Amino acid sequence: MQATDPDIYWITEPQLGLAGNMYLPLFMQGLTTTVKHLFSPKVTVSFPEERPQIGNPLIYRGVHRLNKDEAGRVKCVACFLCATACPAHCIDIVAAPSPWPDREKYPESFTIDELRCIFCGMCEEACPVDAVELTSLLDLTGRSREEMIFDKEKLLSVYDMTQAAEPMKSLELGNAPSK
Amino acid sequence: MSPDLIAALVKIALLIGGLMTAAAYLVLLERWIAAWVQDRKGPNRVGIPLTDIKLFGLGQPLADGLKFIFKEEYTPAHVDKALFVLAPLVILAAALAIFAVIPFGSVVPDFDIWGYKFTGDAVNLVVAPGVDVGLIYVFALSSIAVYGVILGGWSSNNKYSFIGGLRSSAQLIAYEIPMGLGILGIVLSTGSLRLDAIIGSQAQSGWWNAMTQPLGLLVFTVAAFAEAARLPFDLPEAEQELIGGYHTEYAGMKLILFLIAEFLHMITAALLIVILFFGGWHFWGLTGADDQVTWLGALLRIFVLVTKFMLVVLFFMLVRWSWPRFRFDQLMSLAWKVMLPLGLLNLATMAILVELEANGTLPVGSQGTFALVGWGVMLVGWIGSALVAPLQTDNRPRPGAGGLLEPERLLA
Ligand code: SF4
Ligand code: SF4
Repeated sequence: MQATDPDIYWITEPQLGLAGNMYLPLFMQGLTTTVKHLFSPKVTVSFPEERPQIGNPLIYRGVHRLNKDEAGRVKCVACFLCATACPAHCIDIVAAPSPWPDREKYPESFTIDELRCIFCGMCEEACPVDAVELTSLLDLTGRSREEMIFDKEKLLSVYDMTQAAEPMKSLELGNAPSK
Repeated sequence: MSPDLIAALVKIALLIGGLMTAAAYLVLLERWIAAWVQDRKGPNRVGIPLTDIKLFGLGQPLADGLKFIFKEEYTPAHVDKALFVLAPLVILAAALAIFAVIPFGSVVPDFDIWGYKFTGDAVNLVVAPGVDVGLIYVFALSSIAVYGVILGGWSSNNKYSFIGGLRSSAQLIAYEIPMGLGILGIVLSTGSLRLDAIIGSQAQSGWWNAMTQPLGLLVFTVAAFAEAARLPFDLPEAEQELIGGYHTEYAGMKLILFLIAEFLHMITAALLIVILFFGGWHFWGLTGADDQVTWLGALLRIFVLVTKFMLVVLFFMLVRWSWPRFRFDQLMSLAWKVMLPLGLLNLATMAILVELEANGTLPVGSQGTFALVGWGVMLVGWIGSALVAPLQTDNRPRPGAGGLLEPERLLA
């Protein structure tokens, strides 16, 4: 493309007046904004003592959990949809024939590498039985890489930990799958 | 040792200790203000070490200082060693030496310690009392800062540092002129270069120079911001854009010397604004007359001075978050095309008024007239410029002003 190309629009910026150049009106404007913010409520919190307010836990994407059904069994049916959807390839499932009559398979092992996860929520979207969910737990720390690879037990324990505060999203949203 | 010498040494010790502490805590204040303005909480953790006492983060400066001390004192191999070490020393020494003539209060009553008699007159709250060239001394020393900057840039043997140094010295030199012009009006109307005399004359007439010379205040304040390299004039550093300007190659203690010097420049600028334009320690009906000094009066004067100083510093810090940085050409045209004429206008007005006062046309001490004329000149200048060039503060492309959003160009 050449500079003479008729498709190029040349933008000439309007001239600033002397007053604009002298900055004084803008000065008052800027200073007012600054002073206003000086006294406005703060958005940060003193973290470990105070917890940040999570706007809507239903759409927050924090640490994963594996939901349990009414009988306390893992809800997952090992369909691999989440592992397929995961863009970070961090879900690893080993399926086994289910010991229960109401389903064919169940996950013998189910691990999520929280270090590779990008918390996109695709797994939650993909799951047909709402088994994997992202909670609003946000301080995810560990002392080693191994510790950050969450296995089935750990993911189920996250459910036990959070179910009181955060009921299953499907129930919350009022569209629980009919049996 | 004579009492004078002891007094001077005590004052120097107090001054340097006080200034260093002040600089450290002003850094903390600056960080607080930065945080509050951005709706954050700011540093509030570091308190007394090894305990849980947090004290609103008042231990932060100490921690920062320790961090700088324990940092590796790295000197790149390609620098000019001698000048490289000299530069921060020059800039810090000059910045500290300025305070020798700055009065931190007024007079104190007579007193004696351990048999040494001190008369209140001798114990002036200035390290070097009675320097008749006070203001010139301040300017001479603040110009030396340019040497520090350019030495730092040059000795680093690095093109970025060098360019940063050049930019910085161009800025410092350009704004020295409006700064001088802003002050000349005051020197004319006071008839003295001594800072305490300038405060004294404001206290005597009860008219602060800010009221009688608003234009001078404007010019001086803008120039002081530029001299102290504070935003919106912080082109020497421009943390977000340059890699650090003239002190790119510095680390550890040498870097902190530069940073302290920068803060001292801000302190100087704020003190000068207070002393020259806002009456120093004077406040109507609070600070009393000079002939009946009590301890209460002396302390009140110091308190008033410090309060005014803190307000000006607060202004410095708020301005930092209110404005975007100038471009270099804007910086230069502001200095030469706007501030220089305004400073000359102020000077000419003051010269005329002082002359009229001297030859008897105006009664002596007609500060009210001064104020009226000063504000009149400022307002007429402002309205005039607004009429000549309309109050246009937005240069974004928009309909009717050319550019992409012009309807006929979109249709064509
Ligand atoms: S949140 Fe995204 S990246 Fe993380 S496990 Fe689920 S699908 Fe994979
Ligand atoms: S968690 Fe859901 S999507 Fe993933 S394997 Fe189990 S049932 Fe399928």
